[in-house]
Amino acid sequence: MIIKITDQPLDLQELIADVTTEANGGVVAFLGVVRRWNDGPDGQPREVHWLEYEAYKDAAEEVMRDIARQVAEKWGLTSLAMAHRVGHLEIGEPAVAVAVGAPHRGVAFDACEFAIDTLKATVPIWKKESWETGADMGQSWVVNKESLQES
Amino acid sequence: MDKVKLKFFAAFRETTGQSELDWPLAAGQTAGDVLESLVVEYPALSGGVKSALVMVNRRYATRQTALQPGDEVAFLPPVGGG
Repeated sequence: MIIKITDQPLDLQELIADVTTEANGGVVAFLGVVRRWNDGPDGQPREVHWLEYEAYKDAAEEVMRDIARQVAEKWGLTSLAMAHRVGHLEIGEPAVAVAVGAPHRGVAFDACEFAIDTLKATVPIWKKESWETGADMGQSWVVNKESLQES
Repeated sequence: MDKVKLKFFAAFRETTGQSELDWPLAAGQTAGDVLESLVVEYPALSGGVKSALVMVNRRYATRQTALQPGDEVAFLPPVGGG
């Protein structure tokens, strides 16, 4: 089972190979990629120059393994692989990759969506965005709307 | 004096200027107690830590979690992975 935080470029094929087994008839893969446009706090789109990702590495990998345990509990015989990049990423570079294998495709789709949604809410990783509008530019930490928070 | 190890990430790392700190721990203190003493030392954290998550020894915990000497304690800004 591949679960890793890495400063190296992500290889989705490596994750797909990891979950492609004799038992799995369906394999679903998700790639999260740095995009050029992101909405600012005012809801207006800003041009993104780059992202810088930072992780609490040991804890992040532990939470990712916990997601794999949750997937196994919810759906039984599934295979999960997850990798997240840290460091400086340019537009178009993959930041996160998830691959799920299951006997049938329905579970593979559901488990893959659950895994990426749960990662975005719970895995201790942060991103700083370098952005620009016509009038202004800056760098900001960007929080996921899904993130757990103390309320 | 017993101690815990505090870890800082992202905005909190920038605010404190530290990635980690040894922090004094009194008997019976919780993560919330340590957070209060941290904000006294670093008042600039006071706004951000309201929504902070807590991890003790790399597992999610709460402000009510009792700490032991040597614990690794992290107050985390809301996350932004993916």
